[in-house]
Amino acid sequence: MITPTPTPNPSPQGGGEPTEIAAALSIKSPPIEPPSIASLRSAFTDRVGGAAEYVVIPALAVIAALGAFGVFAALFGRNPLDLYFYMYQGAFGTWFSWQNTLSRAAPLILTALCTALPAQLGLVIIGGEGALLMGALAATSTALLMPTAPPFVVQIAMVLAGMTAGGLWIALSGGLQHYRGVNETISSLLLVYIALAILNHLVEGPMRDPSSLNKPSTHEIGAANMIGTIPGTDVHWGLVFGIVAAILSYILIYHTAFGFASRVAGGNVRAAKVVGLGVGRLILIVCFLAGAAAGLAGMVEVAAVQGRTNANLAAGYGFTGILVAFLARHNPLAVIPVAILLGGINASGGLLQRRLGLPDASVLVLQGMIFISVLASETLYGRFRIFRRGI
Amino acid sequence: MADASIGWWVVPIAVLGGALRVSTPFLFVSLGECITERSGRINLGLEGNLVMGAMCAYATSYLTGSPWLGVLAAGGAGALLGLVHASICGLPRVNDIAVGISLMLFGTGLAFYLGKPLIEPTAPILPAIEFGWWSDVPQVRAALKINVLFLIGVALAPLLVWALATTRWGLILRTAGESADAARAMGYSVNAIRMRATMLGGFLAGIGGSFLSLYYPGSWNEGLSSGQGITAVALVIFARWNPMLCFWASLLFGGAAALGPALQSVGISQGYYLFNAAPYILTLLIMIITCSPKRTLVGAPAELSITK
Repeated sequence: MITPTPTPNPSPQGGGEPTEIAAALSIKSPPIEPPSIASLRSAFTDRVGGAAEYVVIPALAVIAALGAFGVFAALFGRNPLDLYFYMYQGAFGTWFSWQNTLSRAAPLILTALCTALPAQLGLVIIGGEGALLMGALAATSTALLMPTAPPFVVQIAMVLAGMTAGGLWIALSGGLQHYRGVNETISSLLLVYIALAILNHLVEGPMRDPSSLNKPSTHEIGAANMIGTIPGTDVHWGLVFGIVAAILSYILIYHTAFGFASRVAGGNVRAAKVVGLGVGRLILIVCFLAGAAAGLAGMVEVAAVQGRTNANLAAGYGFTGILVAFLARHNPLAVIPVAILLGGINASGGLLQRRLGLPDASVLVLQGMIFISVLASETLYGRFRIFRRGI
Repeated sequence: MADASIGWWVVPIAVLGGALRVSTPFLFVSLGECITERSGRINLGLEGNLVMGAMCAYATSYLTGSPWLGVLAAGGAGALLGLVHASICGLPRVNDIAVGISLMLFGTGLAFYLGKPLIEPTAPILPAIEFGWWSDVPQVRAALKINVLFLIGVALAPLLVWALATTRWGLILRTAGESADAARAMGYSVNAIRMRATMLGGFLAGIGGSFLSLYYPGSWNEGLSSGQGITAVALVIFARWNPMLCFWASLLFGGAAALGPALQSVGISQGYYLFNAAPYILTLLIMIITCSPKRTLVGAPAELSITK
């Protein structure tokens, strides 16, 4: 009987690292001799086989979930083939749907980073939605406080305000975990509800635009302050923000001493302390950056889509972002294609509603199925011979 | 008029009544989570069970006309979600916290999907017992109108304390929670124990959900639960995995959640949304005060991933 062995810090991405280390050791251990064809081939499978496992298994998990969703739709009298056709059409079938997909992928990349970055430290942060809302509020307030400033200055200020607000929100969770031992998963989720309450309070009260009757909202930030779309497309600049943030995160995590220290601390806190790493400082900085990404998503949603803050902002991007991060195995670069995939699924919801009469929540059901399937697939790592190293 | 004569007393009476009313879902979810966690596993997905339970209860009550069948259906749906959680967590190298998050999203999504046609119709709701017959004040009467589910929950808490402490079942459950190796050495399957504990926990959380749709607020809509499930999970930590303390904590949280509506009833609507956040703020504050980075919590099951 095998059960998960107790580890001091349950890290969702931990599955990969010991095997990587083991692989590194096994390469180093034989005495130095001229490379033979066989050893070159095994070195090749070492690298490609290991990487392929991280692509093939999640892909199989997504396919299994899509299959389950087809069965689910069939139970409600829909033809699964129609379902897949419309999903493809709504997500990637036309240039129009591609633009819709990419616009939705933008906030998903950023909110996924909010879960993926702390995961390097072994923290499970699921409060991206809260950081997004705080970022949106801060960005909107900043724009409203600067009515006469030139748009470029306002936009820069909005970015900084949104990132700071979101960053502090998640840094609070990280700090509480490190300094008070408060579980970060629960605290970050509680902070989502607190952020939502603050947003509702401000939008219905002090910051309310009296002319917004049906949907209480703040005043608009003004058309001049909107960040606009990438030339030649209807996709807003948020996508570029997201991709740049993901690439920077990747460089930070995998190509800097700071990122290395974070991963060491994520693997083993005690070891990190022994070698003198300031774990508290690492947690605060990484959580701040994570929250800043989600806060930027909030700023983007205000400055590119909504134009003001209201309850529409709580559209669940923060929660879908958690799924994106887990599906990407917390790799900031993998977050980009996965966010596009999930953005596509979100985008296809409208078409499913119109053509097949499925409720809008069907997207949530599919997301839940993918999430469950991906987590269950964790158990498959290292079980397939094809991916074995050095065979 | 009685209304004028009791003046500001309206607020504490409404908070008390609210505590008795609003606490029920907290109570059931936290008792369920308590059982699951004592077996050494954490199920963060009870928010999903709560919403799914609320939807199933409402649908069953609407279709059959019997709210009590609805309560059973809610429990069944919760137990099924618990079964899914336990089956996936039983696989090697799967993280129970992440599985909980996924089931929270799946459960709410599925409930919203299946519950779309239920937003309009009205279903028969659960009965309540009038404990306020001795009073002339309508507010006191309203406050002391107590639902039967709450009374069941009140009875369940001491029963669980007793069962965990003295019965064979309780001992085996706690052994699995304190040391999986010891349970295995005694010849028990840790996975099977935890699966039963997770299903029972899910069952209770589902019943907590039935209270939301079948009594208070007493209808089905997508905004029915806003984090009561996750608050209740946090509450178990605060209650030190003790069912009786879960009961008192649920009352406290129910009172906090009732503060906003109580103040609104006397005309203070300023900050209504902030008062609605009171249970979450309270949870966070309590966790900050009672947790410590230096030691594991007193009473924490040793096998629990969240406190290790």
